[in-house]
Amino acid sequence: MQQRFGNRLFAIAVVVLMVGGLPSYAANRPSIDYNRDIRPILSENCFACHGPDANKRKAGLRLDVREGAIKPLKSGETAVVPGDAGHSAMLARILSDDADEHMPPEETGKKVTAAQAELLRRWVQEGAVWKGLWSLEAPKRPELPEVTNSTWQKNAIDRFVLERLEKEGLNPSPEADRPTLIRRLSLDLTGLPPTTAEVDAFTKDASPDAYEKVVDHFLASPHYGERMALEWLDAARFADTHGYHIDSGRDMTRWRDWVIHAFNKNTPFDVFTVEQLAGDLLPNPTLEQKIASGFHRNNMVNFEGGAVPEEYLTAYNVDRVNTTGAVWLGLTVGCTQCHDHKYDPISQKDFYQLYAFFNGVAEKGLDGSRGNAAPVMSVGTLAQNQEITKLTSAIDDIEKQLVAANTSWDAAQLTWEKEQTNRPDAGHVQWIAAEPREIKSSGGAKLDVLGDKSIAVTGPNPAQDTYTAMVLSPVVGISGMQLVVLPDEALKAKGPGRSENGNLVLTEVHIGYASINDPSKVKPIKIKSAQADFSQDNFPASNAIDGNPQTGWAIFPAVGQAHTIAFELEKQIESPGGALLNVTLEFKSQFSNHSAGRFRISATSDKFPLGQTRVPANVAGLLRLPNESRSDKNKAEIRTWFRTNLMPEYKSLRDQSDKLKKQLAVANANLPSTMVMQDLAKPRDTFILMRGQYDKPGEKVTPNTPACLPPMAAGAPKNRLGLARWLVDPGHPLTARVIVNRYWQMYFGTGLVKTAEDFGTQGEYPTHPELLDWLATEFIASHWDVKGMQKRIVMSATYRQASHATPELIVKDPEDRLLARAPRFRLQAEFLRDQALAVSGLLNREIGGKSVSPYQPPGLWEELMSRSDGANFTAQSYVQSHGPDLYRRGMYTFWKRTSPPASLTTFDAPDREVCTVRRGRTNTPLQALALMNDPTYVEAARKLAERAMTEGGATAEERIAYVYRIVLARSPRPQELAVLRNVFDQEWSGYRRNAEGALKLISVGESARNEKLDASEHAAWTMVCSAILNLDETVTKN
Amino acid sequence: MNVEQEIRLRLTRRQLLGRASVGIGTAALASLLNPGLATAKPQAAFLNFAPKAKRVIYMFMSGGPSHIDLFDHKPALRKFHGTELPESIRNGQRITGMTSGQKSFPCVAPMFKFAQHGKSGTWLSELLPHTAGIVDDIALVKSVNTEAINHDPAITFINTGSQQPGRPSIGSWLSYGLGSENQNLPAFIVMISQGSGNKTDQPLFSRLWGSGFIPTQHQGVRFRSGGDPVLYLSNPPGVLPDNRRQMLDAVGRLNQMAEQTVGDPEIDTRIAQYEMAFRMQTSVPEVSDLSGESKATLAMYGLDENGNGSQYARNCLLARRLSERGVRFIQLFHRGWDQHGSLPEQLPKQCQDVDQPSAALVKDLKARGLLDDTLIVWGGEFGRTVYSQGALTATNYGRDHHGRCFSTWMAGGGIKPGITYGETDDFCYNIVKDPVHIHDFNATVLHTLGIEHTKLTYRFQGRDFRLTDVHGDVVKGLLS
Repeated sequence: MQQRFGNRLFAIAVVVLMVGGLPSYAANRPSIDYNRDIRPILSENCFACHGPDANKRKAGLRLDVREGAIKPLKSGETAVVPGDAGHSAMLARILSDDADEHMPPEETGKKVTAAQAELLRRWVQEGAVWKGLWSLEAPKRPELPEVTNSTWQKNAIDRFVLERLEKEGLNPSPEADRPTLIRRLSLDLTGLPPTTAEVDAFTKDASPDAYEKVVDHFLASPHYGERMALEWLDAARFADTHGYHIDSGRDMTRWRDWVIHAFNKNTPFDVFTVEQLAGDLLPNPTLEQKIASGFHRNNMVNFEGGAVPEEYLTAYNVDRVNTTGAVWLGLTVGCTQCHDHKYDPISQKDFYQLYAFFNGVAEKGLDGSRGNAAPVMSVGTLAQNQEITKLTSAIDDIEKQLVAANTSWDAAQLTWEKEQTNRPDAGHVQWIAAEPREIKSSGGAKLDVLGDKSIAVTGPNPAQDTYTAMVLSPVVGISGMQLVVLPDEALKAKGPGRSENGNLVLTEVHIGYASINDPSKVKPIKIKSAQADFSQDNFPASNAIDGNPQTGWAIFPAVGQAHTIAFELEKQIESPGGALLNVTLEFKSQFSNHSAGRFRISATSDKFPLGQTRVPANVAGLLRLPNESRSDKNKAEIRTWFRTNLMPEYKSLRDQSDKLKKQLAVANANLPSTMVMQDLAKPRDTFILMRGQYDKPGEKVTPNTPACLPPMAAGAPKNRLGLARWLVDPGHPLTARVIVNRYWQMYFGTGLVKTAEDFGTQGEYPTHPELLDWLATEFIASHWDVKGMQKRIVMSATYRQASHATPELIVKDPEDRLLARAPRFRLQAEFLRDQALAVSGLLNREIGGKSVSPYQPPGLWEELMSRSDGANFTAQSYVQSHGPDLYRRGMYTFWKRTSPPASLTTFDAPDREVCTVRRGRTNTPLQALALMNDPTYVEAARKLAERAMTEGGATAEERIAYVYRIVLARSPRPQELAVLRNVFDQEWSGYRRNAEGALKLISVGESARNEKLDASEHAAWTMVCSAILNLDETVTKN
Repeated sequence: MNVEQEIRLRLTRRQLLGRASVGIGTAALASLLNPGLATAKPQAAFLNFAPKAKRVIYMFMSGGPSHIDLFDHKPALRKFHGTELPESIRNGQRITGMTSGQKSFPCVAPMFKFAQHGKSGTWLSELLPHTAGIVDDIALVKSVNTEAINHDPAITFINTGSQQPGRPSIGSWLSYGLGSENQNLPAFIVMISQGSGNKTDQPLFSRLWGSGFIPTQHQGVRFRSGGDPVLYLSNPPGVLPDNRRQMLDAVGRLNQMAEQTVGDPEIDTRIAQYEMAFRMQTSVPEVSDLSGESKATLAMYGLDENGNGSQYARNCLLARRLSERGVRFIQLFHRGWDQHGSLPEQLPKQCQDVDQPSAALVKDLKARGLLDDTLIVWGGEFGRTVYSQGALTATNYGRDHHGRCFSTWMAGGGIKPGITYGETDDFCYNIVKDPVHIHDFNATVLHTLGIEHTKLTYRFQGRDFRLTDVHGDVVKGLLS
């Protein structure tokens, strides 16, 4: 038997070696590790029918736990007899040639290879030791392994990597050259290429800590936060639209700003987690903590007409559980929405217990047709918040002044109160009509003086008008002027106004006087107060003298009859020789044609031209009380009435305050909002949903964490806050591992666990388990110091290696999992764009803020939306940005889920409908087309060409070298220079013959071109720069 | 030859093809559009049958065409016209929020005449006179069904096998499994046209042709009218083919130098992709250019002699041209089929849009001998209710969404021609015979291409995902 196996085993081992992603390491190891060697075989081939899912379990056999496997079955067989492979039915079945007996059954399409069978046999023979799933046991800090090469390592990471390399008989690669290192670091830590100044400083720095200085420099860059945020935006499924169906817009940019800022200020990962999952539940949460809680509002939201709200409430929470599972736990909990997990010890009940944590969100099942979906919170930008603070404090100031004691107002009130008793009744004031001398209408109306000295207005009726009348004073020592507005049959509604309804609005009155001998010398007179026989609500007489053209005196509904408005002058006019009064009547209200249709001007010399002030009955009653009998409330009432009606200064302050209040209301209404977490007073009940269907509730459950993981701390609240704290408990086996693994993935392209989203049974066993645990324990011990972890990784010798690969290395380790060289992979979508903009000088380095809409081929959205009622919703047609907004980093591009940015998705950006923790990396002709022809890249090439021509030097060689230094951080090699010099000559000679084409090419994009440059030469350099931007080396992190 | 040498040789071959080809189905190996895959799938175990069809043209009618007014002839319905839908028929079926508040659910018999056509005697509405001419070539399936009752979940379900977003579309599954037969064109092409019936039409989503969690090169490529048929296909203004060639030669040479220094096979792949991009700049305009089509052909599709006409008609003709060139999956989305109201006014316009070109495509393929190995599918995401949405008047009615049964037709490679499959009750409401769930339908589509639907899988999050989830039975009765 052993003999028979021999040859097949060899043949199959070769195949495994060739097609498997992992090197042959595992197969060569003498001792067997259940988690590394056995579990993957059993999981792949057996657990679906003989695993944790009791409902699907066949023959009562369970192979994922020892008790199940060694227990005799009904059939009398025993699957696994530890130490006795010959009597283990599992092995017999796997090796059986009988189709009925053979396991796994043919129809599953699964196959246990001979090599795997041999591993299983050895494992059974050696005692069949089961172990719990490695990732569910808390990481223990490993000892640093012993290595032979004592000079290579820079930090602990290298010890683990080197140990593995030495076991495989491999040597690490030498350190990459400095230009390569700084470009790698800059792209990895900021997502942008280094500037030439940064490159020069680093290549010239001979100090021993030169490298560390550069690392610190990039970690301190504000672009570090952007780079880190981008990875998180994929995980958080951040987007600018709701995603389902009509896919209207939303605004979560304040949440995105929060993420960038959190990374930049190096918020510890545990705080980062708690604030995003439960910022709203923290004691006295800050505005920022509430914004952070929007993490789980980034899910898609639906408002399709006719959809069932409960169905979507369920979908939202399912998405939240799945996302939490992938982002923090690295577990595929989504499988348990419908049934117990087939591979991992997670039950359907566990799923709905997690679901219950989110089932209290105060949201609607269908929402989002008008922007953000509830619950939302208003948030302003810094400028907006400053504006609001300014308005609020200005209003406060005025309001305080309005109620505070004011010596001059109070004195005036005292005088008025005394006078009021002495004054005659207004009806006793002697008003004498004045004879008009010169009258004018600014709006061209015709003014005629009638026999009763009144003035009739006819002819053009402009929306607004101002009358100026010079009248001869009928008295000496004028103390007051009176305007009488008169009805007239010729006017609509009999007037006295010229509007449709007979009303008028006298917005402002000015009075001046001149000596009869010198009519041209008009002196203004201050008006002390005004009083009318009747005033429309909110249009008091005082409005006519408040200096505010927006307010006025009006008379509706008492139209069709005469009214008077009288003005008391500040002091009597002493003009012994006779005086001319110059009266200006302004009718400038927002209501058109509200000017007077017939009026007369009179004057008086009475000491109290207004007579007694007309006061409302309640005030008159209070005034009759002696001062000592008035309560404080009475006094305040009198004071307010007096100030409002008789103190123009008070009135103008009041108006100012009202104006500011309106501005504040507008500012508040324009404040952007952000979607946040907020719980209902009473959370919804949660049930296990049969087959995951929203309308098939089963057993009721309450919030709790999965049974296979350590329980929540005693006394922890069973809400999102408790859940968040549980995730970042130092004893949690998964979170730290899952997070450091994703950091590792950012730098090396592949995590130590390749399946970054799955640390379960079906996930990959780590290539370097001890390293993963060392990093995880280090992360926790450092109090979740995120920046520190990035630094630790990039400081390692492992990271600093050259990326050159020998054929031997490619044979031995095609995917570079052993890390005998630095990885080499294409830049992610956003960084390709950012790099092109940065090297061309077009990049707008502003951080955070609203999403923008760069160039996009026309019609991409409209083809999919184009509803005739699309105007009812936002984000239905693409409105391209202009100016600096065209040149913002890729991460700020408006993300429409149903039609994501074409130039980014071409380079594997996900659609952000659901959580993504691992982007694909493809290499397609559509990418070539985009890099060559997308106006973004063409414009970048022509601007880079301008830089080459104006800053790069005189010769073609100097200019090519200059562009190389900008783009690749290195000088070109002679052969490269020759190729590019040659293509420049070809292109230039072509464009000299094609001047029109040259001009077209250098006019691509909206940025201005340098018109001093020769067009054909500029076009040729544009092609050269485009070639350099399309190089494999340019689009790759080397 | 020792083992190490063998491995080296294999690796060299693999490098020549682009390192990429590790592990995809053998049929896809040759496709340069399909590099970069890194999943280990040693053999194309899913290719279990001799394929009848090599490619698919899927005419997707977005919005939900009324099976009652077009395909599912029920003379008995006439006598229930205007009467309440019996509860025994609705049987607790959940209905959308658009009609769940209605007090009355009056049945509506179609206002259009039906007649039998062809040797098969297939019943069709008078709105489809051209389709009537091809009934002997098609299999009309009256018993397709879905659980979804709203557009977003329903159209996502039928195109990706899941009501919730995140899964690969059927076209991307085929691109992944079978690759392209043409190295100069994408394997999966999507074309969109607006209907003239309902102008406040349902939106479409890129997820309907997206690749979900499988690599993005398998997503559908939109072929667009006006401007570049494929995004960024044309050189920038002022760049002539010569300029481009010179630039590409330089890029190629520099990349080769880099490959020699760095030794990364991915560079070879990139060189090949740039060459392919250059070839696409010729091959795509060539395929979009209808000037070589005969007047008779153009007329058959309803296009004038310059190839102008409705977008849908152009898309149908383009679909034929693409299928001739070996594009694996061509999907047309025609919108405007959502007749909640004004059905008698809107439905004839929709049929006018699609009837002639759809039938012309079948005839044209048949005449060219391509129908035998091209699978044609025509249908939407659900059907419509027998009861009226809104008031039923002498001249007007609307119909809400109905998922319990709807009609779709198929033709060509592997499909039994001239048959009607499945039966519904007198109300076109429930299936009484041979139900075809959309998982069964998709399993059948894959089957005609030689694919065992349970074995075309992609591992994501520890699970081997399929288009048909854990369901689906091939509908044998539809197979030739």
